[in-house]
Amino acid sequence: MRRVAITGAGTINALGHDVPSTLAAMREGRCGIGPLVFRDVDRLSVRIGGQVRGWDAESYFNRQEISLYDRFTQFTMLATKQAVEQSGLDFRGKMGFDCGVILGTAGGGVMTSDENYRSVYEEGKNRVHPFVVPKLMNNAAASHVSMEWSLRGPSFTVATACASSNHAMGLAFQMVRSGAARAIITGGSEAMLCFGGIKAWEGLRVMSKDACRPFSANRNGMVQGEGAGVFVFEDWDHARARGAEILAEVAGFSMTSDAADIVMPSQAGAQRAIAGALADARLAPEDVGYVNAHGTGTAANDKTECAAVAHAFGHHADRLMISSTKSMHGHVIGGTGAVELLACIMALRDGVIAPTIGYEEPDPECALDVVPNVARERKVTAAISNAFAFGGLNAVLALRAA
Amino acid sequence: MAANPSIRDRVIAIIAEQAVLEREQVSLEMSLAELGIDSLGLVESIFAFEEEFDISVPFNANEPTESDFDISSVAAIIGAVEKLVAEKEAA
Repeated sequence: MRRVAITGAGTINALGHDVPSTLAAMREGRCGIGPLVFRDVDRLSVRIGGQVRGWDAESYFNRQEISLYDRFTQFTMLATKQAVEQSGLDFRGKMGFDCGVILGTAGGGVMTSDENYRSVYEEGKNRVHPFVVPKLMNNAAASHVSMEWSLRGPSFTVATACASSNHAMGLAFQMVRSGAARAIITGGSEAMLCFGGIKAWEGLRVMSKDACRPFSANRNGMVQGEGAGVFVFEDWDHARARGAEILAEVAGFSMTSDAADIVMPSQAGAQRAIAGALADARLAPEDVGYVNAHGTGTAANDKTECAAVAHAFGHHADRLMISSTKSMHGHVIGGTGAVELLACIMALRDGVIAPTIGYEEPDPECALDVVPNVARERKVTAAISNAFAFGGLNAVLALRAA
Repeated sequence: MAANPSIRDRVIAIIAEQAVLEREQVSLEMSLAELGIDSLGLVESIFAFEEEFDISVPFNANEPTESDFDISSVAAIIGAVEKLVAEKEAA
């Protein structure tokens, strides 16, 4: 089996339009969540979110591209450009045949659907733009990445709700590790901060109206975000041979299903995924210094996740740090694991642990070191990233310092 | 406020349907747990109350006890719905 290196990273999210600005915000414990700005927001009861501010698609894409790129694709293209440039890889020619794209998204082109439903149902129009289908399909982003960078190998999109990008990155890892691909562009994206996108979530009554406070006893729900995270996963020897800078090693991955409930999480399923990722990476619990939590800020997730982590790590659970960066960038749904992987890379590379901000009151059911409110400097050699989706689909990645 | 039989009956009908029981099997002192209504069933019931009475129920599943909407028993739910209906009519 081959080793897998991360040789490029890119992002856009509520904290910044690239990796350095995002990591700076995480280091400072800055909150990217604020009042939502879009049409009909006054008809919502939930009016906050981690929206990408100052986004000007025209400065990155031409008119033809914009007519084909939904916002989730636009975010993906920008993040991919950053990641590929950092990696220094050129996929044109022979290399592209051995490389592919595996991305996660839960909703795909939600804004395209929203706008066009509005125009046919509310405004009574009988005609929609011819590109509605190629814009809204979940694989639009993966396909445009493959076209733009000449990636001709295995490419597809994974949709497992809030675990989509962890499942995508896990599959990318397995493909490079097995030798099925030399490099895979992977991660995920989501852009559902629009009237229909939030209205649907509102109905579940799990959203907070004021803040995302993971693990805090007074937490009252999740807050949605948007954005993308994209990475280059590359065969370790290939990366070394060309002298590439390696950001971190992807060491293990595990996925499990609760087979229990469509919305309530299960401790057993989460715990098996965490233990499975450690085993796959040949890591002992004591090797892990940081856990990037799923940490949605809902009553159910946070206590279940803490119990799962406590059981999977045993005595070591009291010594490791666990934080949820969703408190800063919001829940990026199908792209969230990808944005959050950046916090793991920061821990491994820079020795900076991103905090859980908005933390106000200890919860005895979340009695772990959640790195409250302020980032911490600590050397860490291995980290894991959790994602537990609605529908009971769990995906955990394990990373090692390069 | 005197008990409004029509609101009571309509609330019980919604709860009975959610619990997959006959209306006669739903008694006022029963809790949702006793009726076998889980968190998803509760959220669906609240949606049904809102639709039936054209009201907006303040309820966050993350902090069910913080809400003014008392869900501790069938009688409490009827009282809470009656209050919201009265508030709507007064507005």
